[in-house]
Amino acid sequence: MVARDPSEMVTLKIPRPLYERLGQLIEGTGFRSVTEFATYVLRDLASHPPPAQRPEKELATGRMTDAELAAARERLRELGYL
Amino acid sequence: MIHPHGGRLVNRMVSGEAREQLAKRCDQLPKLALNQRELADLEMIAAGAMSPLEGFLTESDYRSVVNSMRLANGMVWSIPVALSAKSDDHRQLKSGDEVALVDEAGRALAVMAVDDCYEVDHDYEAQMVLRTNDDGHPGVQYLQSISPVYIGGTITMIRRPEHKDFVRHRLEPKETRVLFSTRGWNRIAAFQTRNPIHRAHEYLQKCALEVTDGLLIHPLVGETKSDDIPADVRMRCYEELISKYYPSDRVVLSVFPAAMRYAGPREAIFHALVRKNYGCTHFIVGRDHAGVGSYYGTYDAHAIFGEFEPQEIDITPLFFDHAFFCRVCGNMATTKTCPHGKDEHVFLSGTKVREMLGKGELPPAEFTRPEVAKLLAEASG
Repeated sequence: MVARDPSEMVTLKIPRPLYERLGQLIEGTGFRSVTEFATYVLRDLASHPPPAQRPEKELATGRMTDAELAAARERLRELGYL
Repeated sequence: MIHPHGGRLVNRMVSGEAREQLAKRCDQLPKLALNQRELADLEMIAAGAMSPLEGFLTESDYRSVVNSMRLANGMVWSIPVALSAKSDDHRQLKSGDEVALVDEAGRALAVMAVDDCYEVDHDYEAQMVLRTNDDGHPGVQYLQSISPVYIGGTITMIRRPEHKDFVRHRLEPKETRVLFSTRGWNRIAAFQTRNPIHRAHEYLQKCALEVTDGLLIHPLVGETKSDDIPADVRMRCYEELISKYYPSDRVVLSVFPAAMRYAGPREAIFHALVRKNYGCTHFIVGRDHAGVGSYYGTYDAHAIFGEFEPQEIDITPLFFDHAFFCRVCGNMATTKTCPHGKDEHVFLSGTKVREMLGKGELPPAEFTRPEVAKLLAEASG
């Protein structure tokens, strides 16, 4: 394994009980450390567009933007349904 | 809230600059004028009412739907939603072409990205979908009136069809979903109808409302056969009845823009799937749903649901037997709940009601609320 330049790494702080729980979870999985596991999970998470970049968000009403939702409510009010 | 059919509410409407650009491009494209049924289908596809459809059926989807009531990807879809060629030029359209879909006045409503152009056998389609080739069936008559060349492809709507009627009652699926959510309804029963409301319909609706949070009364206002009661009359009947006999905070009246296919059982599946897209969790299926004449068995529209796994349909059908007022019971009932004979039941056929109204007679109050009878009499007079 190639050692990384320490200047390319940062430290994240997480609650100790969570750290210990993650340590239990990776036992026998092939992950050699909580750091390696957390990096894997976070990389996977980061591969999806963050919510701020998504024009749509999941609502109980289906996938609608805030603007669409506001427009629908406004129309329903105008028609007397709300 | 219940997921749309296919998991995503389709939105094929474009706005802003993209719409302006597409509208300009329409001037250069070949035109295809839609008939009334196709116009209604276009509007419903664009608004997501026909999710997962994003356009008119391509050949592989069409053949799969006709033969097995499924899209080519296996998803349940029981009715062909097809666009017919209107001229020889349209028969030459091929994959990659674009065509402007216009209304009867020539206004461009949408652009279709053509996937394919294919020939169909209308006799076969009628037999499979309508279960008959009889010329007397209005669905067969429709097929005989259109070209057997269909054009499939995705549509993008730039302008909704113009409506002068029921403007205050036209809600798209995203709007009914917002409405149900805002009202806090989780279980919503939908009622499809092309007929005026009689006591039997009211009974079914209220039975459904007893086990749900809200009721969507969704009269079909698209093209129907000429002797059906006009939609504006039916809507007046509903408005009158709801104002007097329904809890306003539990009922939504909105129109369903589709045309009638009179496809009986297959149309019952279609009506249910589409109501799921509007956000409904339950769907009322009465006797001879979407039937006409004697082409279908009384409960064929119940039985067809058994051909699918419940999770494939994913909206709960509420099956009701034939409903009527029983003089002995002294209330509304069905053949399932009433032990008395037909002689004790007050039930009139649509033909009989039309005959009575034609003679200036009103149907009995056990069959039709007096307020509705009065409106029907005025309309027929």
